[in-house]
Amino acid sequence: MATVTFDGATRIYPGATKPAVDKLDLSIADGEFLVLVGPSGCGKSTSLRMLAGLEEVNEGRIFIGDRDVTDVQPKDRDIAMVFQNYALYPHMTVADNMGFALKIAGLPKDQIRSRVEEAAKILDLEEYLTRKPKALSGGQRQRVAMGRAIVRQPRVFLMDEPLSNLDAKLRVSTRTQIASLQRRLDVTTVYVTHDQTEALTMGDRIAVLKDGLLQQVGTPLEQYDTPANVFVASFIGSPAMNIGTFPIVDGAAQVGDAKLPLTRTTLAAVTPDDDGKIVVGFRPESLDIVTEAAPGAIAVEVDIVEELGSDAFVYGRVPNLDPRASFTSDHVIVRADPRDVPAKGSVVRVTVRPGEQHIFSAATGLRLPA
Amino acid sequence: MAFNITAAAPDPALLDLPWATPLADWPPDVVAALPRGISRHVVRFVKLSDRVLAVKEIAPRAAHHEYRMLRDLAALGVPSVTAVGVVSGRVDESGEPLDAALVTRHLQFSLPYRALFANQLVPDTASRLLDALVALLVRLHLAGFYWGDVSLSNTLFRRDASAFAAYLVDAETGELHPELTEGQRMYDLDLAQTNIIGELMDLEAGDRLDPGTDPLAVGEDLVTRYLALWDALTQEETVTDNAKWQVAARIAELNSLGFDVGELTMASDENGSALKIQPKVVEPGHHARRLARLTGLEVQENQARRLLNDLDAHRHDRGMTDESEEFAAHDWVANVFEPTIKAIPLDLRGKLEPAQIFHEVQEHRWFMSQTEGRYVPMDQAVQHYVDHVLRHRRDEASLIGVDTRTLPPVPDLPAG
Ligand SMILES: Nc1ncnc2c1ncn2[C@@H]1O[C@H](COP(=O)(O)OP(=O)(O)OP(=O)(O)O)[C@@H](O)[C@H]1O
Ligand SMILES: Nc1ncnc2c1ncn2[C@@H]1O[C@H](COP(=O)(O)OP(=O)(O)OP(=O)(O)O)[C@@H](O)[C@H]1O
Ligand SMILES: [Mg+2]
Ligand SMILES: [Mg+2]
Repeated sequence: MATVTFDGATRIYPGATKPAVDKLDLSIADGEFLVLVGPSGCGKSTSLRMLAGLEEVNEGRIFIGDRDVTDVQPKDRDIAMVFQNYALYPHMTVADNMGFALKIAGLPKDQIRSRVEEAAKILDLEEYLTRKPKALSGGQRQRVAMGRAIVRQPRVFLMDEPLSNLDAKLRVSTRTQIASLQRRLDVTTVYVTHDQTEALTMGDRIAVLKDGLLQQVGTPLEQYDTPANVFVASFIGSPAMNIGTFPIVDGAAQVGDAKLPLTRTTLAAVTPDDDGKIVVGFRPESLDIVTEAAPGAIAVEVDIVEELGSDAFVYGRVPNLDPRASFTSDHVIVRADPRDVPAKGSVVRVTVRPGEQHIFSAATGLRLPA
Repeated sequence: MAFNITAAAPDPALLDLPWATPLADWPPDVVAALPRGISRHVVRFVKLSDRVLAVKEIAPRAAHHEYRMLRDLAALGVPSVTAVGVVSGRVDESGEPLDAALVTRHLQFSLPYRALFANQLVPDTASRLLDALVALLVRLHLAGFYWGDVSLSNTLFRRDASAFAAYLVDAETGELHPELTEGQRMYDLDLAQTNIIGELMDLEAGDRLDPGTDPLAVGEDLVTRYLALWDALTQEETVTDNAKWQVAARIAELNSLGFDVGELTMASDENGSALKIQPKVVEPGHHARRLARLTGLEVQENQARRLLNDLDAHRHDRGMTDESEEFAAHDWVANVFEPTIKAIPLDLRGKLEPAQIFHEVQEHRWFMSQTEGRYVPMDQAVQHYVDHVLRHRRDEASLIGVDTRTLPPVPDLPAG
């Protein structure tokens, strides 16, 4: 087990004009489950491959524990790429399927046996060790494949979109399995996905990347509660946060007819570059539908109502927007009580719950103090 | 998603296949029972418009990726199975979605390694398979292809004179890069070593491995041979004197390994006393190309070597050394190669490729001459070969008609 450190790690592909990963600084704690997440092309796979030794590091260093592995061959890094295509061999027992790679490494027989038994216990495969793979269920076979990685006792597990080829049902159950297995093994794990839900449910911490640049590292809750910039705010959470740019009028953000008051601290952080505007975000679940017109209540014209049983989502528009104002998406989304949904075509008024409003600079997109 | 077939040259007959049925349940009258390697996905062979196709059931994203990889590899001229298309948007009778299907052309005359081990086992089979796999891996790496899942199961083998030629069959985890890093190559090699040892241990556990073969030693051998071939093809070399001769020697060495040199850099060092030479572009198929240029015959590399040797001997025997090489080649095709193939009864020609038959007849003739202690004329050798060898060989055009129960069992182990 070990820490992992990216120290200004940069990868510029031959012929590319800008880095695929740009001066990545990231410290991963011993035993931590860290998820690299971001849209396609953001550089998450490249980051993982630099750690694996598959991609060159053009600038900066990478450490596993105290050891500088920047120029070390993949197989000498003490890492395991899990969920690669592990084949199961039909004539070999489950124990041999799990342990044969240790023979290659020259481990003595008794050590191989004890490692295999230990892994089998963790994977709930003890009673199958002497059987052939044919006798196992699909899920058990998958665990044997995991066992192959576990018995090597790597210091770090690496996983690149391991669930992408599974069907939806298996994806959810395997997701839970991997997360709980990782917690039991306590091995530092770096996991790549483009799916923010996967990231939020699995990671101890999440690192959000965009265009090769690290946007924010933090726990799922931190990313959700205090996104560092507009990109993270829009990327984390489902349905996505409502985000818009609005003029500042009399110390408040003018959202349609409503005035959302801004604190003195916020206003002090606004610069001339912001051109009298500010970015405000509020999650669909941070909105309350109110019955009376209040100064901070935003009017929303209901277009569509989506009822999901436990939840309902209202998709609507804010009327009377200032010409200088705009939302980043076509619709404003409001979570509503599924037993009391507004009618299509009606106008509802919503208020943002205190403390759940997110404010960003119009010029830089960075979070401003509340 | 709606039912959809992506294909470069769509064959309407594809529509007749029972796409609404999970592949594992396709009826026996559609499916051709041919041997195949270990796989996690369900794979079946079907006969369609006189061709045999391989169908693999796999997630849509992976299917499209593999399709693209196989087409790219074909464009690069790397030996691999030919992608026919991807069928996606499949639903079963009750409307439940089914996985996509990747369709490839069954590689004629190809054998999965398990079938090679199932038969009369020549002791150094493992070693010859290894040579073929190493050559394939080096070619893939030179072309910038990172395989990610190198194994005997993911390779198909064709007889190539007395050696084998390897073809890539599973490109699911592959990635094409402008150039591979050393880390990518070494990781691929490491995977290859682990997988091959696992596969040989599996044969051992099933009592199908020649007891003289040690899986661990074969695995180590693979690494050694790969590194040796890679170095021979790419290493920079410093020459001090007789540079012209040394450059020629390096090129000759590469030719003998079966490679042509497309580009070679030569640079003198600071004080001008030494010359650094390094091949930059090497292309496999040196002998195959030379044979094709001379005769129009398109065959595999080792077969070409064999035919070229025979051609050279013919030219010498007939005293044609003063004639042009092309003239001699023409004479050899008309008077040696074609008569030999034509002497094979039509119904037996599907058993092996013509070039392979020619090679085997030559071997057979040499063998007869040795045992009988006399010069055996070609027509007698052919007749003897047909009666005593070829007639008893199974049909390798696609192995149809083989009783697959005699082959090692290959259970499906689908993920999930
Ligand atoms: N081998 C390569 N050669 C050149 N450019 C590359 C190579 N691999 C990736 N890139 C580019 O580098 C950038 C980052 O790619 P990377 O694969 O790391 O992104 P990603 O976040 O993993 O995306 P995805 O989710 O699509 O896999 C992209 O612009 C990509 O096109
Ligand atoms: N075009 C083809 N011609 C001949 N044989 C084929 C062809 N396609 C597949 N096969 C056979 O089917 C087997 C399985 O195919 P493939 O390796 O693509 O499946 P897979 O499930 O992706 O395997 P893996 O478990 O390695 O990921 C191969 O080992 C090969 O023997
Ligand atoms: Mg395969
Ligand atoms: Mg595969």
